[in-house]
Amino acid sequence: MHKKVIFRGVALPAALLLPQLVITGIFFFWPAGQAVWSSFLREDAFGLSRQFVWFENFTDVLTDPNYLTVAWNTAVFSASVAVLAMGAALFLAVQADKAIRAATAFKTLLIWPYAVAPAVAAVLWLFLFHPQIGIFGRALNSAGILWDYKINGGQAMTLVIIAAAWKQVSYNFIFFLAGLQSIPKNVLEAAAIDGARPTRRFWTIIFPLISPTTFFLLVVNLVYAFFDTFGIIHALTQGGPGNATTTLIYRVYVDGVQNLNFGSSAAQSVILMALVIAMTAVQFRFIERKVHY
Amino acid sequence: MHTTQALAAATRRRQWRGRALAYAALSLGVLVFAFPIWMTLVGSTHDVGSIGRGDVPLWFGPHGVENYATAWTTGGAGTRNTFVVPASSMLLNSALMAALIAVGKIAISLLSAYAVVFFAFPCRMLAFWLIFITLMLPVEVRIIPTFEVMVNMGLTNTMAGLTVPLMASATATLLFRQFFLTIPDEYVEAAKMDGAGPLRFFRDVALPLSVTNIAALFVILFIYGWNQYLWPLLMVNDRALETIVVGLTKMIGTGDSQNEWNTIMATAMMALLPPVLVVVLMQRWFIKGLTETEK
Repeated sequence: MHKKVIFRGVALPAALLLPQLVITGIFFFWPAGQAVWSSFLREDAFGLSRQFVWFENFTDVLTDPNYLTVAWNTAVFSASVAVLAMGAALFLAVQADKAIRAATAFKTLLIWPYAVAPAVAAVLWLFLFHPQIGIFGRALNSAGILWDYKINGGQAMTLVIIAAAWKQVSYNFIFFLAGLQSIPKNVLEAAAIDGARPTRRFWTIIFPLISPTTFFLLVVNLVYAFFDTFGIIHALTQGGPGNATTTLIYRVYVDGVQNLNFGSSAAQSVILMALVIAMTAVQFRFIERKVHY
Repeated sequence: MHTTQALAAATRRRQWRGRALAYAALSLGVLVFAFPIWMTLVGSTHDVGSIGRGDVPLWFGPHGVENYATAWTTGGAGTRNTFVVPASSMLLNSALMAALIAVGKIAISLLSAYAVVFFAFPCRMLAFWLIFITLMLPVEVRIIPTFEVMVNMGLTNTMAGLTVPLMASATATLLFRQFFLTIPDEYVEAAKMDGAGPLRFFRDVALPLSVTNIAALFVILFIYGWNQYLWPLLMVNDRALETIVVGLTKMIGTGDSQNEWNTIMATAMMALLPPVLVVVLMQRWFIKGLTETEK
């Protein structure tokens, strides 16, 4: 889509674009290119020379059982966060949609966790579930359930999932509520007159009508769980115990920043880039469709 | 007749019951969401001993003022925590970083969207696509090479290094492009007729019309900037430049129960209050920004 009436000139628009293009060039394309290039290189043990090794870094990464564990962790983590955050949000949005008069007030009371940084969200949950100082952590221990997320991998995973989902519910809530409020009321009244009970009305009418919102949110939540939860994991568990809560992003950080294994880290970066491209493509295909509805 | 009335009464009863249940569920939801903050707020008013023993009651203690004063001025005594930086300095850094990122992103995106929409020049679609593709290159997937660029340019441990690389924005550019496309052609024609050049048109027409979008975007981007984590973690080890979100987790370290938890909890409250206030006070802009940037 273009405008018909426009201004002339080449130098001025070029100058206007310059800041954005310089920043993307230096800080996005150059490093991304470097990542792709070094994913084909391998440093010798002393870091003196680099050798072109074709796809060896990729085959090494993809056949490393540790990497596959981490990929599985990421899948469990992302799926749980998406299901939990979307389920809770949909439930609350349906209730808020019923409570017509107080919907706005409840909206204000439910949206603020969006503003809490992922790392700070992690800290708040740490205060609750710390085995010695947390109110829930202590309660669990005194009830005879051994609770220590620093030792037990399953408990660590549960805690990072809860912290990550807690923060994301408000975002989903806003979109679900908007979706519910846009459903024409006469459709629901017609169903009610035909004798459809609330539960039935929800699954046969409301749920299908908000399915575009649900699908959009699914993609957004998966992207969030993949890329924006680094702070949560870093603040709560540092990927541990063992690598029970290490996700793909966290692993890139560990291999690159802590283990200084550049070839492997670069190969993992390239794999993640492919993943982002796929997710963004899905998102935009879907949005394109929504526009044509 | 009787049955109709009975049916109507039953429906009313059901509706009333449904609404009461809705209110109950929503109130429960609000409580569950607020509980972590409540416990942190309460904890920040107790002394280090009772938190360390795990004896935090559900109500405020008498040490609030001194805990916040300690966190604000010194960041702790340094006998228990190894990371001791005053919250006032970290808050200032976070505020500056968030404001610079938000303003920078908006300014840069306004200019480039204006160029792409109101001019026809060779390679304009290429420029647009180059900006668009950056959506697919989040910091998280190009950590090491980006860090190397920063080291080579001498930008580590600087406010510029903390903010400038985050200023490119595909979403903001897309949003402004979308908006500029809705400005009627007649406006441009009229401006041309009056002899106004492109810069004049930008200042007097395009910019004033964008104010609502700018406000909405500012709220979203300020929160985005304030909540940055991985980037400051990599970029800064100079304590004078530490931001509050990263600083908070550095205070906690491995989460030892001997930590100075009262100061940490006061710092946590100060780390989350500014962005939460922005969302609550500017709710209308926030929701607009959130829904528009995702279109």
